[in-house]
Amino acid sequence: MEAVGQRHPGFRLAGGGMRSLNRKLLRDLYALKTQAAAIATVIAAGVMTLIVFVTTLDSLALTQERFYRDFQFASVFADLKRAPNSLEERLRELPGINHVESRVRAPVRMDVPGFGDPVRGEIVSLPEGRQPNVNRLFVRKGTLPDPGRFEEVAVNEVFAEAHGLDIGDSLTVIIRGRMETVRIAGIVLSPEFVYQLGPADLVPDYERYGVLWMNRRALANAFGMEGAFNNVVATLQVGAVVEPVIDALDELLAPYGGVGAYGREDQMSHRFVSDELEQVRAMATILPAVFLGVAAFLLHVLVGRIVRTQREQVAVLKAFGYTNGEIALHYAFLTGLIVLAGAVAGIVLGAWAADALGRVYLEYFRFPELSFRLQGWVIALAVLVAGGAAFFGAFGAVRGAARLPPAEAMRPPAPERFHRGLLERSPLWRFIGQPTRIILRNLSRHPWKAVLSVSGIALSGALLVVGSYQFGAVNHMLDVQYRLVQKMDIHLTFTDPTPERALGELRHRAGVQHVEGYRSVPVRLVNGVRYYQTGLLGLEEPPGLRGMIDRDHRPVSLPPEGVLMTRYLADYLRLAPGDEVDVEILEGHRRHLRVPLAGTVDEPIGVGVYMERRALNGLMREGPAISGAWLLTDRESEKRLFDELWDMSRVASIGLIGDAERIFREHMEGTVLVFMGVVLLLACSIAFGVIYNNARIALAERTRELATLRVLGFTRGEAGWILIGEILLLTLVAIPLGWALGTLFAFLLSHAMSVDMYRVPFIVTRWTYGFSAAGVFGASILSILLVAPRIRHLDMVLALKAGE
Amino acid sequence: MKAGRTKGNAGSGDARKAVFETRNLTKVYLMGEVAIHALRGVTMTLYAGELVVLLGPSGCGKSTLLNILGGLDVATEGTVTYRGRELTAAGEKELTRYRRHDVGFVFQFYNMIPSLTARENVAIVTEIARDPMTPEEALALVGLADRMDHFPSQLSGGQQQRVAIARAIAKRPTVLLCDEPTGALDSKTSVSVLEAIQAINRELGTTTALITHNEVIGEMAHRVIRMTDGRVVEEHLNKRRRVPAELSW
Repeated sequence: MEAVGQRHPGFRLAGGGMRSLNRKLLRDLYALKTQAAAIATVIAAGVMTLIVFVTTLDSLALTQERFYRDFQFASVFADLKRAPNSLEERLRELPGINHVESRVRAPVRMDVPGFGDPVRGEIVSLPEGRQPNVNRLFVRKGTLPDPGRFEEVAVNEVFAEAHGLDIGDSLTVIIRGRMETVRIAGIVLSPEFVYQLGPADLVPDYERYGVLWMNRRALANAFGMEGAFNNVVATLQVGAVVEPVIDALDELLAPYGGVGAYGREDQMSHRFVSDELEQVRAMATILPAVFLGVAAFLLHVLVGRIVRTQREQVAVLKAFGYTNGEIALHYAFLTGLIVLAGAVAGIVLGAWAADALGRVYLEYFRFPELSFRLQGWVIALAVLVAGGAAFFGAFGAVRGAARLPPAEAMRPPAPERFHRGLLERSPLWRFIGQPTRIILRNLSRHPWKAVLSVSGIALSGALLVVGSYQFGAVNHMLDVQYRLVQKMDIHLTFTDPTPERALGELRHRAGVQHVEGYRSVPVRLVNGVRYYQTGLLGLEEPPGLRGMIDRDHRPVSLPPEGVLMTRYLADYLRLAPGDEVDVEILEGHRRHLRVPLAGTVDEPIGVGVYMERRALNGLMREGPAISGAWLLTDRESEKRLFDELWDMSRVASIGLIGDAERIFREHMEGTVLVFMGVVLLLACSIAFGVIYNNARIALAERTRELATLRVLGFTRGEAGWILIGEILLLTLVAIPLGWALGTLFAFLLSHAMSVDMYRVPFIVTRWTYGFSAAGVFGASILSILLVAPRIRHLDMVLALKAGE
Repeated sequence: MKAGRTKGNAGSGDARKAVFETRNLTKVYLMGEVAIHALRGVTMTLYAGELVVLLGPSGCGKSTLLNILGGLDVATEGTVTYRGRELTAAGEKELTRYRRHDVGFVFQFYNMIPSLTARENVAIVTEIARDPMTPEEALALVGLADRMDHFPSQLSGGQQQRVAIARAIAKRPTVLLCDEPTGALDSKTSVSVLEAIQAINRELGTTTALITHNEVIGEMAHRVIRMTDGRVVEEHLNKRRRVPAELSW
């Protein structure tokens, strides 16, 4: 029987024997084009998210790495009061250090022509006439200041852009109360200010904060730092460990007012960039998984349905002698074509979107250029993941088709088996009309399918919760921070600890309503192997302008002894109230103290450690000194007051809390709204993909039932109910499940997003639940509207004529 | 083309009220680019209470005629009046109402709702009808009182078809339209289905039109209308009607 002539041809794409099968494939695909397109869209979304996030992550990491390497980004940073230049030699000799630069950093106020608001900033010194060895500058335009030119500066690109500044433009800077006019020689980027953030700011304000570079001698003269420096940056030798270098630096700089050296991971700009990369990394895993999972589910259902409707064709093909393998391959190709279309679209869109997203990042993170690369392995990974999802989705259906014995497949399928179950035993059952019974029995007949549908819809509802809850949660976080914690209008820091009586001088200025002094001491908190560097804040008891609150936002009073600590920090250090913590004072005479932890507080932004001010003064063995003051002011006189305060010689920096809050809110609204928009789009496309495909499949399977009902005298609406009711029922079940899932996701996200910088509270409002429900419901209605014409134009005669 | 009324008594005495009257009924389908003339001018009358068998080979247009009478399809030309109302002028809503209250359908493939039990398959009609019998009564009429809570998958073909008949008559329709009701059944099972149809016609007086290509079944009718190629070619009254049990093929 194995004679060559009797063997049917093997599978050949262009072979004579299979040509018609291929034609059938394309025609089937054409007939299913809307549904296939919906599935390909979901696959494309999955591949696209994968490519976008993996490529963005890769590009950003690569860009960061190159910028840091080529421009000698420092590994260790230290601020101090003042050290003579002669100390530089000893810095250079510290073990582990490769290059070191001593610098002068000066806080300044600026006047930008044509800009009314106060502008803060900082000037960093440049070695006379050369690039620094550490933290070199990338010159975008112009040149570095000429050696010996006192009036020339280089400005950070974001600041120049924000004000439309160009080479040759002039600025007025006020250094220690002295006004200087400077001219822009160059527009630059620095690895140190990839993310340019003012001190104590959480989001960048490119208009009101800027970084400038100036020749060392010019800056030292203006800032009263002749022959001295107040900042050190250094790179490490290959293989050197950072902690011993930090310790050695601390020891060396302590007599010169060192406030504790720190490594790269504590450097502001670097931290923000790294945190962002972490978030992208998380999204690169979660989002594509969700999308590709849903796509796999849709493929499973669709291919299953095609195979069911083509039972007879399968039987005929098998009767002609096609093998199971060939038939399986036929349907695998059908699936594969949909996957291929989705993957190609996803790759093209993903490459385009990754490049676009990279450019958005470049708005915030300033690198000389984005090293965009779309790596082969990313594409391979995307195709592999999509193909794998499709394979698992379609595998069962295809296997079933191939296994069908031809004779069985040619007989019309027997009526589906139904049994009485729990539903019928419920006393409510007899009140349920027949159409609704049809819905319930159909769902309980295929519980797995119903579960998958509900899960798919619920997933989109959950995405909507996650996407929108942050909006309310972040608002709540800001409300708590700015209403209950930071109640001041102006935050002043003095250059040195100052006698309390300075408060009197402030109190009498016009526009000042209330003044409260505080003492802040840089400390390193240590418990076992864990440590954290922060400021120990001494406050008045009871706290006035700086609220201390507990978890339920009730005020907490300062203990007479011991310290209060942000709960997040206490948890990080593994401390509970009653424990003692090692406090290493990093100002003046360095000392180690053991202080009891009296309790915890719960401010949402930042972390800190707090005690009564006079107790802190006692600890520091000093009189009633303060480090700065908080002011409550008239709104109208703020601008004038700001100018006056800047002219006070002691003032090192001025923070306008109202501005900070406004900028923060604007930033959040901008980014969160965009994020929400994207999530909304993704979630709705999932919801729509699932519900619409469900509806189309249900319609195809129920055509006979629908026609029968119409013949029996049911109106279109009444007959359509068995379909529409099913969609609505699935949606209604999915909505609360989506809430539950979304709440869980939000809880996990809140935890994942709790960092020492801020903690987004876990608050899901009714508005968020409503939004999620509305989104899912909207997708259902849209699907129903799209399927309704098909129910309306149902041809009863045709539907009934076709034997099953 | 033969048309018009046929003399003779058709079971319900001398009051021969016309239930359906068709005049020059024409139906043209477009199958792709080919026009198919399913009906080529049919003029005929069905009287109250009679059982009429429409005989003809497949493709002769008998199903099309039945579908138009039942409000499932619309004619291309000509008129149909049902108890003096012109069906051909009725809109979609009116046709739905007509199907809901006046017509009972029985099809070759039963068209059960697989997810509903026999009782529920009948109840789906009685729930929307004006003056229905109970599902139990209807099922008893077709001899299925003991199978009421079975799902279609648990019933034989003949039983499913009898449920379909119970479903069709439970609303107490004026007319019962049966399209090849025994087409998918063996002869023995067919007899039980035909008996049920005859019993309904006799006991409830429901005007019944039954389509078949089986000449033998014509012998149980009051009147036989023969169709070929979209036209009525012959009508005759059965002098002696046979009961289904006497039929065999």
